[in-house]
Amino acid sequence: MTDQPTPTERFIQGILPENPVFRQLLGLCPTLAVTNGLKPALTMAIAVGVVLLSANIIISLIRNLLKPHLRIVVFTLTIATFVTIVDRLLAAYMYQMSKTLGPYIPLIIVNCIIICRCEVCASRQNVLAASADAMGQAIGFGLALTSIAVIREILGTGMIAGIQIMPAAWPSWVIMVLPPGAFLTFGLLLALVNWIDSTRSNNEGREG
Amino acid sequence: MERTLKRGAAGASGRLINSNFAQAWLILVLALIFGAALAAVQVNLSGVIAANKLNETLERVPELVFGPEAAAKMTSQNASVDITPGTVTIKKDLKTSYYNLFRVTLESKLAGWVVKANGQGYADKIELIIGLNPSADTITGLFVLQQKETPGLGNKITFPRWRNQFIRKKTNTPLVVTKGKSQAPNAIDAVTGATISSRSVTGIVNRTIGDVKGRLTPATIRFDERQL
Repeated sequence: MTDQPTPTERFIQGILPENPVFRQLLGLCPTLAVTNGLKPALTMAIAVGVVLLSANIIISLIRNLLKPHLRIVVFTLTIATFVTIVDRLLAAYMYQMSKTLGPYIPLIIVNCIIICRCEVCASRQNVLAASADAMGQAIGFGLALTSIAVIREILGTGMIAGIQIMPAAWPSWVIMVLPPGAFLTFGLLLALVNWIDSTRSNNEGREG
Repeated sequence: MERTLKRGAAGASGRLINSNFAQAWLILVLALIFGAALAAVQVNLSGVIAANKLNETLERVPELVFGPEAAAKMTSQNASVDITPGTVTIKKDLKTSYYNLFRVTLESKLAGWVVKANGQGYADKIELIIGLNPSADTITGLFVLQQKETPGLGNKITFPRWRNQFIRKKTNTPLVVTKGKSQAPNAIDAVTGATISSRSVTGIVNRTIGDVKGRLTPATIRFDERQL
């Protein structure tokens, strides 16, 4: 257990160095599907964050009882429970948003980010590390979703969170709010992150 | 190796430890706990969720009959607007169809009707509510409850700018979708790039009005008084 990262390391890693979307390329289904507006993207990020945190805490608490060959079943069971609770809460208190997100909330059950964090961190480390890990990854996921959503919503509709910010003459690029816009934005942002990363490591290499 | 030795020595109790039940006890316990938690959530929230669905329609009913400004003014003045849900049964070509509708009265006088209708859109089912005046010869409002049309194109059918062109249209001639500005009294301007969605909505409106017009009488509507 001594070689496992500390809670602080887990937290920081999730935000950028091991960002679930831009670095691990996990959870791409909601990333592409619900980022045509800032509001659905934020709701999705919060929903995933809540499920991730709850699942990580529960799995971490029962990690010593897990049988290796049955662990995935336990992960899925736990995640499915919290996703259903979040889905019902959205339907009860944010009815319009729950209709907008449609099937993508139930689909959090098969979101690889959460299963991956249960496997990599929560089933091996204590509750503190698992919670820090969940929060770091959730913030990382939220950052990725909002960055894609802001670009798509501004270019596609001239609005941000439903408020007009571009001049009325802005010709809304409809393609940006359609599925191809998700792929374009995601690809370009991924390239940008990789480019920043490679120039930085090149500089470090020269200095060293 | 160790396992086989244990089983041989302990006999019946060893069999129990290595049985499927012993392997799966954690899953069974978790399933029970989670099941109970979900049941509690469902018991507490199912009422709220059902009310949300009904409210979504009811909230829209006054503005479909009186127009948005007048409806807002009435709410602030506490006018006695009564909404009574009911169903009307249409028998046509051996097929029986039902329409859910709402009778709207203002100070006990009939103010109009709101009819729920649905039909196939470009992507999925489109659900509409249509406001009609008391004699059902003029459309007083249109609202899209549910649609999955293409974002950025077909979903413009939900924008007030598009759906408000239905207001004040006469119902004696079917509405026709046109491209570009048309001066005809029954013309509906199509959403650019979404002619199919526009035609779907207009088709649903035409069919519904054709079906219910002339049947909006106390004799043909079965009112459900208990609901409100």
